[in-house]
Amino acid sequence: MEVRNEMKLEFMSKSQNEAFARVTVAAFAAQNDPTLDEIADIKTAVSEAVTNAIIHAYETNYGIVEIIARLYDTKIIVEVIDEGKGIENVEKAREPLFTSKPELERSGMGFTIMETFMDEVEVESAPGMGTRVKLVKYFKSLVLEPERRY
Amino acid sequence: MLVAANKESDTIVVQIDGELDHHTAVLVKNKLDDMLNDQGIKNIVIDISDLNFMDSSGVGLFIGRFKTVSLRGGKLAVTGIKANLHKVFEVSGLYRIVRAYDTVREALEDIRGC
Repeated sequence: MEVRNEMKLEFMSKSQNEAFARVTVAAFAAQNDPTLDEIADIKTAVSEAVTNAIIHAYETNYGIVEIIARLYDTKIIVEVIDEGKGIENVEKAREPLFTSKPELERSGMGFTIMETFMDEVEVESAPGMGTRVKLVKYFKSLVLEPERRY
Repeated sequence: MLVAANKESDTIVVQIDGELDHHTAVLVKNKLDDMLNDQGIKNIVIDISDLNFMDSSGVGLFIGRFKTVSLRGGKLAVTGIKANLHKVFEVSGLYRIVRAYDTVREALEDIRGC
């Protein structure tokens, strides 16, 4: 499937950038004219992935969070990448309610929300090697109505 | 961000608007906990009818405040949940611990009636 458009974004792992990141990706996705629900799902999932990078990957230090988004006719692929401390046990981290930071009132629902709101979620990580979260969302409205595709 | 709060007897009514993510949740949490330092407060009603975005950071915020008021024998009510936030409440299981109402008035009437 042909890539229609592609963007890359890099920013410091500061919590102030969470809104910036999700709004930017949502605006990029909006080029395909998906439904508001689809846009809202993407915003929420990107917010979760970026927050994980800020809180867990870099903890009290600052690093760079990178987002690469590719837009296709009927889907978007968003990759959120950090070079932080990595995840020791990805399977465990993806379990609902699991959190390594209960003192910060983390609910442990970040990956569950990503998995519910997106169609595919892949996580590549290793201790000391950073993390890459790949989020895929199919624009079902555009699959069903091909004439709406640009 | 926290907009306004009113105290009515043993209940505080708080309005949160804008977006609730990890960045803003820390600020809102600190403000709520300042209010909850008043041990006379048992119940908290959080109106989010002007809240446009929430992720799992908001879930953690609600769970934390639920624990606080539960220890006092009180209740946490949330009012005005928009359709786009309903999914976060549902997936996270928040509906199991918060009482959801359309309006602040309904929430207060129910809390007082208990």
